[in-house]
Amino acid sequence: MNLPIAIARRVGYALILLLAVLVLNFTLLHLAPGDIAETIVGESGGASKEMLAKIRKDYGLDLPFHEQLLNYLDRVAQGDFGHSLFFDQPVTELIFEKLVPTLLLVISSLFIAIVFGTFLGVFAARRPSGLLSQLITVLALLGYALPVFWTGIMLVILFASLIPIFPTSGMDSGPLGASGVGYIWEVLHHMTLPVVTLSTIYLAFYSRLSRASMMDVLGADYIRTARAKGLSEQIVIFKHALRNAVLPVVTFAGLQFGALFSGAVLVENVFSWPGLGTLAFESILRRDTPTLLGILFFSALVVIIANLLTDLAYRLIDPRIKTGAKA
Amino acid sequence: MMISDKPARPDKQVAIQVERPWLEAWNMFKKNRAAVAGLIILSSIIMISLLGPLAFPADPFAGAGPLLSPPGERGFLLGTDQQGRDILVGLLYGSQSTLMVGAAAAAITITIGILVGALAGYYRGWVEEVLLRITEFFQVLPPLLLAMVVVLLFSPSIVTISLAIGIVSWTSTARLVRAEFLRIRELDFVKAERAIGSRNARIIWTIILPNAAPPLIVSAALSVGVAILFEAGLAFLQLSDPNVMSWGYLISVNRPQILEAWWPVTFPGLAIFITVLSVSLIGDGLNDAFNPKLRQR
Amino acid sequence: MTALLEVNGLSVEFDLKDGTVSRVINDLNFSLTAGQTLGIVGESGCGKSMTALAIMGLVPMPPGRVADGVIALAGEDLLGASESRRREVRGNDVSMIFQEPMTSLNPVYTIGDQIGETVRLHQGLSRRDARERAVDMLRAVSIPAPEKRVDEYPHQLSGGMRQRVMIAMALACQPQVLIADEPTTALDVTVQAQIFDLLKELQEQTSSAIILITHDMGAIAEMAQRVVVMYAGRKVEEALVDEMLTNPKHPYTRGLIACVPHLEAKPSEERKVLTEIPGVVPSVAELGRGGCPFAPRCAEAMDRCHDEMPPEIIAAHDHKVACWMHVMAP
Repeated sequence: MNLPIAIARRVGYALILLLAVLVLNFTLLHLAPGDIAETIVGESGGASKEMLAKIRKDYGLDLPFHEQLLNYLDRVAQGDFGHSLFFDQPVTELIFEKLVPTLLLVISSLFIAIVFGTFLGVFAARRPSGLLSQLITVLALLGYALPVFWTGIMLVILFASLIPIFPTSGMDSGPLGASGVGYIWEVLHHMTLPVVTLSTIYLAFYSRLSRASMMDVLGADYIRTARAKGLSEQIVIFKHALRNAVLPVVTFAGLQFGALFSGAVLVENVFSWPGLGTLAFESILRRDTPTLLGILFFSALVVIIANLLTDLAYRLIDPRIKTGAKA
Repeated sequence: MMISDKPARPDKQVAIQVERPWLEAWNMFKKNRAAVAGLIILSSIIMISLLGPLAFPADPFAGAGPLLSPPGERGFLLGTDQQGRDILVGLLYGSQSTLMVGAAAAAITITIGILVGALAGYYRGWVEEVLLRITEFFQVLPPLLLAMVVVLLFSPSIVTISLAIGIVSWTSTARLVRAEFLRIRELDFVKAERAIGSRNARIIWTIILPNAAPPLIVSAALSVGVAILFEAGLAFLQLSDPNVMSWGYLISVNRPQILEAWWPVTFPGLAIFITVLSVSLIGDGLNDAFNPKLRQR
Repeated sequence: MTALLEVNGLSVEFDLKDGTVSRVINDLNFSLTAGQTLGIVGESGCGKSMTALAIMGLVPMPPGRVADGVIALAGEDLLGASESRRREVRGNDVSMIFQEPMTSLNPVYTIGDQIGETVRLHQGLSRRDARERAVDMLRAVSIPAPEKRVDEYPHQLSGGMRQRVMIAMALACQPQVLIADEPTTALDVTVQAQIFDLLKELQEQTSSAIILITHDMGAIAEMAQRVVVMYAGRKVEEALVDEMLTNPKHPYTRGLIACVPHLEAKPSEERKVLTEIPGVVPSVAELGRGGCPFAPRCAEAMDRCHDEMPPEIIAAHDHKVACWMHVMAP
């Protein structure tokens, strides 16, 4: 019906959320003990009170909170998220370099988890007490209880020395590596272990979710109607049941994008994947607050965009959602 | 269909369930072997964490032998780490703070979740609108990143870590509590309570909340597991209290040597896994016990 | 007249959770001729719906199974047929409409798609032709603006409209037999009458036979020529509708008729209030004891009724009943 209006509303709402993230960022920075001036001075090896005061004045740190906030928002609006003291580079530049590898990792893991998870769940739903179904229950337990970085470390130990068929570090073979199609292959090769590590947790989760949802749907009246038409079991399952059964999967994919990002931070650090997570870890080691806050902002942005897309996908799958109702 | 059409006469079993739900749930729980196993494992871990340090008085930070001695050699059952510390002693002493962070963070999670969810679900209207927006706001921020920022800015300690974990993980509890409140507030006994003019605070805390307890208990159990994993994840990123021995700390200090020595990281990870697994088995068991109808799942 | 559909000695069993087996349909016999409407009547839980599912071949297996009997459509044994042959029959030769129009349509596909799917499957129509057929069928079931409605989703229609869509879907392939399982129970009274009128009208045009499953003797009186009364998985009485309404033999049938006041031929003077049959249908677990299953609720039960199952006897011309009262005094 009013899809454009609904989308416009969602986008407007997303902008407000982003503004809120910025305010939170700034407030956290402001509340934390110590300030940029001390950091700068600390870097250059101690200094007098006069120097601290001068730096504070230069950076506008002596202004009242709301004025500092407005200055901050003004800079952000111009795309300036500050300067990374350690990397000596604008934060935005740093983040854009690392954003693509992270998205590659996160999106492929989510894709694999959803596609395979849904299929496993669908087959398991047909035999709720069968072997596959029990396997999913066990996998879901493991997926919940295993620390994701620890699983990754175990894979590194396994593949670094015992079965060295997959690289355990980095995203490519460096300057000596291949180019063109060979490069794509190289990246895929490097991606294997990180993606396996990250997707396994969610694979278990989505197979369990889609199994439950599929079992619900298979008991629905319209499935009986579909069978009464004489449709084959494949069409009943994959046309009539599946589309209804994936709705909760879509909802959760949107809700979990943030958690997936968290998992990616850990997995990137295990496999030295050159993404935002590794950058975040480096900024922790260097106490590089502007960079860390920039990462927080951009990952929130990605999560918001992901939520908009899931919302859109949900509308495409389920015709009942036509108004501006939220997902 | 015929199968589902049961006679509408009072059934003895149903009556018991209504009169003594907790006893009924406990009886269901006892029958679940996995859940009982989880309970036994978790109780043992708690006992060990309390008694272990008494039985083996030692300084967990002190070097006790050669660096990176493999497990089983020179009398170190689980080996030593890169500073020559006994991993077993580290695990024994570290269990207390790990469990404490898990419990404290889960308590914060549940408290915030109940407050936000209860107020949103009970008052509806603009209160709900505002609280829902706040919840959505927190769902947009990747929890680990936000926790990293908080811990980094306020320097890592058991308190800041517990607070940070609690602050970033309450949203699903809040949604759960809100949904329960929306359901329960429409039930007759709540309406009756409102009709006789009870104060809102009384209705919220003494009438509705106890009735929302079963799913909340399950959710609380699961948050303990999530919090332990979270603490370990932060520690892996070098964000752990350097003055307190914890499983996460062992992982964070020994991480650089994983290719030379697998044991200093593997055993703490295994300990975390077993603890979280037992918590999750208990959670599943509670869930089944409170919702007997869903047991087929 | 030869029978179009014959059900002979049908028994359906379900495995219960405690390991026992329960017969939900027991030795059921009836037949149906072309163009006829057969009513199957009984309270909920008596096995009416399961009979319909057995004819459709949709008894949930496991835990259920057709344990015994013959279901023959125009002489062809359906129970022995292959699953693919049964699918050819379903929706094409025998189709079914269900009790719950609100939930019986798939929410994520347009109604045109759902009607067209049947004809595309069974008659190999192209997508475009199937859509045209869907519009025709919507027009046939008197849905206004069918060209527009065909692209709408179920949630955009009222309950009565949805049931019309279900009927359009069921009749799209001009089936020989239409099974209507409580088609109006979930609808308003005024809509109920419209749906019955529609079914009658369409039956005249297509000469389909209809099996109308209901708990409502009033609906039977309006729609059916012949009626089978079921209780606890068994047929207790069968007759032409007029005969059944004027001369019911089984105490259970009399009770059902008494529940609908205007149906009673001679309302007794002393009873002006609505009657109800005391008690409830025994649950599947309670069946299986000897004796007439209705005996515990029957005001006229004798000792024998509790111990022995009454045989089916011919009580009058084309009128069968299973009740000890009539065995002793035919």
